[in-house]
Amino acid sequence: MPTRDVVVGSRIGLHGRPAATVVKTAQAQSVTVRIGTGEKPPVDARSIIAVLSLGAHGGDTVTISADGDGADAALAAMAEVLEKDLDA
Amino acid sequence: MPELHGLGVSPGRTAGPVHAMGAPPVLPAEVPAPGPDETERAAKALQFVATSLDELAARVTGPAAEVLATQAMMAADMTLAEAVTAKVAYGRPAAWAITDAIADQQQQFASLGGYFAERAADLADLRDRAVAWLLDVPMPGLPRPGVPYVLVADDLSPADTALLDDSVLAIVTRRGGPTSHTAILARARGLPAVVGCAGILDVPDGTPVSVDGVTGAVAEVSPAQAEEIAAAGQEERERNASLTGPGQTADGVAVPLLQNVGGAKDLTPDGAGVGLFRTEFLFLGRTSAPPVAEQETAYRELFEVAGDRKVVLRTLDAGADKPLPFLGLAAEDNPALGVRGLRTSRVDPSVLAEQLEAVARAATATSADVWVMAPMVATAEEAAEFAALVYKAGLRTAGVMIEVPAAALKARQILAEVDFVSLGTNDLSQYTMAADRMNGELADLLDPWQPAVLELVALVASAGQELSKPVGVCGESAGDPLLACVYAGMGITTLSMSAPSVAAVRASLASRTSAECRRLAELALAAPTAESARKAVAEA
Repeated sequence: MPTRDVVVGSRIGLHGRPAATVVKTAQAQSVTVRIGTGEKPPVDARSIIAVLSLGAHGGDTVTISADGDGADAALAAMAEVLEKDLDA
Repeated sequence: MPELHGLGVSPGRTAGPVHAMGAPPVLPAEVPAPGPDETERAAKALQFVATSLDELAARVTGPAAEVLATQAMMAADMTLAEAVTAKVAYGRPAAWAITDAIADQQQQFASLGGYFAERAADLADLRDRAVAWLLDVPMPGLPRPGVPYVLVADDLSPADTALLDDSVLAIVTRRGGPTSHTAILARARGLPAVVGCAGILDVPDGTPVSVDGVTGAVAEVSPAQAEEIAAAGQEERERNASLTGPGQTADGVAVPLLQNVGGAKDLTPDGAGVGLFRTEFLFLGRTSAPPVAEQETAYRELFEVAGDRKVVLRTLDAGADKPLPFLGLAAEDNPALGVRGLRTSRVDPSVLAEQLEAVARAATATSADVWVMAPMVATAEEAAEFAALVYKAGLRTAGVMIEVPAAALKARQILAEVDFVSLGTNDLSQYTMAADRMNGELADLLDPWQPAVLELVALVASAGQELSKPVGVCGESAGDPLLACVYAGMGITTLSMSAPSVAAVRASLASRTSAECRRLAELALAAPTAESARKAVAEA
């Protein structure tokens, strides 16, 4: 299954606007994208509550994974929003 | 109703009918037997909440809209829906299933701490809405009486305050202290506010009351009086706003009015510059200290907006209550008394050294008059060490905050080591009165009019006069138009406040001579209680 490690670019971490943007991006993908941190098992990135529960801070590394047709494109789209400072 | 008294936290006087915030629904003690369609009912309730929050979000703009849209996403969330379904399968009716599922989730958020923990309040709010829908009781939240009104609540959440519209004349809450969310929001909006007002929740909706955001008095008035008071308050605000120019007393003694800011966007053209530039925003939520170049850019941005005005920058104020992972601070039982402010340099001096380097570079590149001060200083040695670091970085003006009673008592020795001091009255009250700033039940002790706190301010002011060095006040109390005159009368040289407070303080100072301000200071210092001090000054 394609996976990718991404450093969270938003200074404030994955809550507020950055979390909402990440979730909306995941909801727009044709495949299910999962997101996890070192300590936490991967969760469905389409769930805002699950994404918030990761407690990811700015600078943390998260792992995203997806399977099936379009997985690579989905990961690329997710990596792009995760790496940006969405709170800037 | 009897006349009520709370703590005036946002100046101004107005009047209007009170309307209370809708109380959250309470689940009946007896759990009914679940029906066959509890999962569907729960789903419908959450769907209703998501839709109504989205509708609210569409009616507002800016950060408030984002907060509400995110909350709507939470209501429509699949993880929550699954958890609710599991609770129903366990035999719980819809309203109980949602309550249980959200309690679990809140616990998870709370364990993450900081910003994540604050999301627990968003969950509570959407739970209350869903449960109110299921029980068919009135929705919690802001009343919408359709006329200008005085908003009454136990306390206000950020989501409540985001939705306040122009029909709110004033805010009165039962809980909350001078630095509570309600107080800060009310000041930012220029709304008169009284917090810590016992008995306010017993006043029936629709009762016309007058609200005095300075004295903290809330009294019943006739509808005709209410109109008169509200009109007079409005007129006063307009008159204050029409006054411009530097802060000074009626006889022309200058009292520069500065602003408390967290970044370039907060600084307005009104006023003599910045009296408190909080730099924490650059550091929060980081895993490593921000690079010097990035800090330099952020500082430059503000210095450029300031032009050639003064900017007093406070170095990083962090501690166990605002943890920064890269500082490597241990968890503490009493973070307010722990490794905070300048004390973090004991653990890792590099963060301060880099910050001063970035400030010096930004100062060189701009024409702002940059002063630098350290928070949480307790001794003259600490002040001297800090000043040496500031000069070594190539900056000219070094000072410290006076927030600790020890520093206030030894202000003369401290001032001998630095160029200026600035009183942080929020923390000075907390430490002098041994009362936690975050504890709303202790609001009366945190009152900056407390005799012991006033005496310490006066002591620092006279030390400044003796050594001919500037002594400013940059706590929220500087925005109190009466206290501003008292401070000026004590010999405080500058006052720094949030931008919306400037107009009222300018007008208050302009209406009194320096001799009258000195007389007010004497009256305040002679009063045995905070309430009598405020009353004596208000009636003088």
